[in-house]
Amino acid sequence: MSFIDLSKNEVQCKVVYYGPGRGGKTTNLLYVHQAMTEAVRGKMVTIDTKGDRTLFFDFLPLALGKIQNLSIKIQLYTVPGQVMYNATRKLVLKGVDGVVFVADSLKVQKEKNVESLDNLRQNLAEDNIDIGEIPLVLQYNKRDLGGSNIPILSVEEMEEDLNNRLQVPWFTGSALKGDGVFETLREISKRTVKQVSRKLLSR
Amino acid sequence: MDLVLSKEAINNIVGVLDEDLLRAGADCALLVDRSGNLIVTRGDPANLDVVALAALSAANFGATSEIAKLIGEDDFALLFHKGKNENIHFTKVGKGFILITLFGKDVSLGLIRLKTAKVTDQLIPILTGEQ
Ligand SMILES: Nc1nc2c(ncn2[C@@H]2O[C@H](COP(=O)(O)OP(=O)(O)OP(=O)(O)O)[C@@H](O)[C@H]2O)c(=O)[nH]1
Ligand SMILES: [Mg+2]
Repeated sequence: MSFIDLSKNEVQCKVVYYGPGRGGKTTNLLYVHQAMTEAVRGKMVTIDTKGDRTLFFDFLPLALGKIQNLSIKIQLYTVPGQVMYNATRKLVLKGVDGVVFVADSLKVQKEKNVESLDNLRQNLAEDNIDIGEIPLVLQYNKRDLGGSNIPILSVEEMEEDLNNRLQVPWFTGSALKGDGVFETLREISKRTVKQVSRKLLSR
Repeated sequence: MDLVLSKEAINNIVGVLDEDLLRAGADCALLVDRSGNLIVTRGDPANLDVVALAALSAANFGATSEIAKLIGEDDFALLFHKGKNENIHFTKVGKGFILITLFGKDVSLGLIRLKTAKVTDQLIPILTGEQ
């Protein structure tokens, strides 16, 4: 649920990074955090982490400047990707305005990507949100592993598996190196703010 | 589902929080929504990361509601954490909001409870646009 404060001309929206466990959601936020100046980003909060597995969520607030007269504040969240934490994912998804789905390019994760996207569709539906209506961007992460001896999925295969019906914008990325991280963030921010302002205008 | 608050609505909320909670001795009062947005902050949260507090409180409240459901309760109306010097009190405001009150050891919990109940009644019509 976005919040628009007309006394400050400010809009706050919530963007959630979703996807299978170990896909690179937390790494995306860490990259954004270290690449942005303190004027733009607030403190990153990572709670309940066990090793590098997220158990609850990560949180990073950003102030992305102004569009027309409106200051844009976006809060980034990650969910725990591991299958057993669905109750926690639902909780973090509450009031979401836009979603980045971080898919894992590792061949062995092919099914996990599809399962996680289905799980997203289901959890959104429980909150009466149609996955086809909410701003959504896909990121095919870990492309840096192409050319190594670890088998990875081709982009065409990932498109076929995940984006055939949705037809949403997608980016290849390497969250570890930072490739595609800002392209993904820019696109989801643009779409989320657009959708929020469209709803605002139609009130 | 989006929330849009006018300048007047924000001013009304500020007035209610100042009048009832800060005057009663609370150090700080925040209104957040259950998706983690920070709506209004009052008091002197100089060293407090209010944005993180809003996000964590919403998550905490959400987790607690799930616990409530597990034991057959609909929801808990309030939560309270006691510290050595600072206490924090969370109250549900309608379905979608949480009022967070920080207060020191010289303010009684009973007074805060009384005041937050009153504040909650005043906030609901403002937040649902019935005023
Ligand atoms: N080679 C490579 N490794 C990556 C990339 N992104 C993330 N990783 C690694 O993959 C592992 C898991 O990354 P995380 O960001 O913790 O994954 P997550 O999606 O947050 O996982 P959960 O919290 O369990 O849901 C870490 O060891 C990362 O360093 C990438 O682009 N390339
Ligand atoms: Mg993680």
